[in-house]
Amino acid sequence: MSHGLQDYSSEATGTTLWRDGWPVYDRGETVCVIGAGPSGLAAVKNLKEAGFGVDCYERETNVGGAWNWRHDRSPVYGSTHLISSKPLTQYPDFPMPDDWPDYPHHTRVLSYLERYADHFELRPHIWFGTEVVKVEPADDGTWDVTTRSTSKYGGAARIHRYAGVIVANGHNWSPKMPSYEGLEDYRGQVVHASAYKDSSQLRNKRVLVVGGGNTGCDIAVEAAQLATRCWHSTRRGYWYAPKYVMGRPTDQVNDQLLGLGVPFRVRQWLAQRTVKLSVGDVTRFGLPEPDHKIYQSHPIVNSQLLYYVGHGGISPVGEIARFHRHEVELKDGSRIEPDLVVLATGYRPTFEFLAPELLGIDAHGRPKLYLHTFPRRFPTLAVAGLVQPDAGVFPLAHWQSVAFARYLRARQVAPARAAAFGRRVESHAGDSWHDGRTTDSTRHWFEVSHVTYLRELQRAIDTLEGAR
Amino acid sequence: MSVNVLRLREWSNPIRPVRREVLTATPEVDEGRPPVLFVPGFGHAAWAYNEHWLEHTASRGFPAYALSLRGQGGSGPDKKATLRAYAHDVVQVAASLPKRAVIVGHGAGALVVSHALARYPARAGVLVAPVLGGVNAAMRNPGLVLPALFGGGLRLPAAQLFSRELPVAAARGYARRLGRASTRAQWQLLWGTEPEPPVGAPPVLVVGSPDDRIVAPNALKQAARRFGGAPLLFPGMGHDMMLDARWREPIDAILDWLEKN
Repeated sequence: MSHGLQDYSSEATGTTLWRDGWPVYDRGETVCVIGAGPSGLAAVKNLKEAGFGVDCYERETNVGGAWNWRHDRSPVYGSTHLISSKPLTQYPDFPMPDDWPDYPHHTRVLSYLERYADHFELRPHIWFGTEVVKVEPADDGTWDVTTRSTSKYGGAARIHRYAGVIVANGHNWSPKMPSYEGLEDYRGQVVHASAYKDSSQLRNKRVLVVGGGNTGCDIAVEAAQLATRCWHSTRRGYWYAPKYVMGRPTDQVNDQLLGLGVPFRVRQWLAQRTVKLSVGDVTRFGLPEPDHKIYQSHPIVNSQLLYYVGHGGISPVGEIARFHRHEVELKDGSRIEPDLVVLATGYRPTFEFLAPELLGIDAHGRPKLYLHTFPRRFPTLAVAGLVQPDAGVFPLAHWQSVAFARYLRARQVAPARAAAFGRRVESHAGDSWHDGRTTDSTRHWFEVSHVTYLRELQRAIDTLEGAR
Repeated sequence: MSVNVLRLREWSNPIRPVRREVLTATPEVDEGRPPVLFVPGFGHAAWAYNEHWLEHTASRGFPAYALSLRGQGGSGPDKKATLRAYAHDVVQVAASLPKRAVIVGHGAGALVVSHALARYPARAGVLVAPVLGGVNAAMRNPGLVLPALFGGGLRLPAAQLFSRELPVAAARGYARRLGRASTRAQWQLLWGTEPEPPVGAPPVLVVGSPDDRIVAPNALKQAARRFGGAPLLFPGMGHDMMLDARWREPIDAILDWLEKN
């Protein structure tokens, strides 16, 4: 599409909308969704279901986001399985097949997302290979979204105006790299876990895995089976919850207690008892004692780590002090010589197309949102899927977009309810929806307890429905 | 009543899978019409739709599917099946279809479908001669319900299910094929919880007969009112509209309604 830049005069006539000399195509009531991963797909479906027009922009050429291992930003590695079990992970209105296992493999999760997109006919709404460059507020709560094709041949940027924007660009793709003294002179190979795809990368190597999160533990377990040597460096002690308790997925047992109304402290005590009885004392394995109570950090669900520590496949070590040319020095003064260092140190949320103040982002980069979804000053903007629950993200993202769709509708037909919702956003932005305190780390910014979180989301939806 | 977000019981206690019988009839040319999933009532199974409705639906361009609930027809056994398990079966089949489905439920299957509509955003719902449960519905047919109270099956004699237009031999043949729902599900039909409101605001059509000996005309009206409409009535027909002599009229009306929507 060509347009004369010299034609500035028509700016004054007002027939077309303009922004910085570029034409703006007004999409009216249409809502923009950024990203076609699990959260974006749920947003497209729920906005469509609520009767809105939807344009979704996806920089890749297929759906699935992080769960699509073909995508260059996907953090998925060969052995990735779900950490939360099926009923707590699937969309609430599109169950996974009941003959699938409790913890499906990532390829199955992708096929599930593809079927979701096809079943609800979402693909016609998605502009694949199109990247969002900028999102700026315009008049009356509308948004100007600048997009560009990601193809080699590029193409001019285009600006569309939308009645609302839902940001679902994911938060597990921008690697968080720790800085170590001497790292630049180190001659071994150093990769972030995001670049770890296939266990063959570990074969016949001496591997140091850094990070005690679920990814770090998974990679350490793989290294135990394939590498010649595996060290696993963690900063603190963790609770290693097994994937099954009493023959049932652990998260389902936990939810049963929640359903019985067992209070948080009692559940915490019960969980610690259960882990102590079934997993036992981790210091026997040479691992540090947990420095926090269970549920105070993101749960590590891994039944295999201790097994491999006990079989000598994994040597647990402490924090890294510094790197030398051929060695890694640990805080306790000992030195190890890995060929490959895998940094499973997590990801940081990145919104490169949004001005930080739109999401109330503070100096540390932490957004201030209601339910990690709704910013205070910009009610027609929402972020989907920016949560780290003790369950799957899909159901939370589903209800986030349901609430957003109902809010947009209420603005048109029930301003009083929309205002009541606005007051909730105003007074609860930045709250925590996590039971108990978390250890203070950027890692736990988005940590939520799924039941506490969904209970508040239920209240928000009820406010918009005028129920109760 | 608003949508229910917290579903702890369903999360912590997922339904066990059983083998599901699904009969299929596909149109000769794919005209892009939505799939229609038929759900039988208690005692019935997929075969009841396979007699006429399945083929007829396909001949009008809709991919047609009929399911047997667990413990009935060719589906796997489950002696302790609950209404939730039945609704689970419906949602599982609906979600496995290539596109958003229309769900049609008959008799007590309509109650199962109302529960399923609260868990799956169907394109539309159709309730045929719906038995939505409750003690009032039971009082109309005490002879039918009484054995069920003592752990037996619902008694469904041919005379209650079909009009006189259907030849006696055919009616008896159908009645002989009837099975029974689980005791727990039968109890829940009496004292179960009300279905939650449907998700995704699907249009819902209620179809019935004023001469149905199981469902009272008033019950039809109430059912239709619940979903904001009036029932579509076919006088002279029995409860089993998909098997009765004039089976063609209601299914044509249902498909016309779908085309119009």
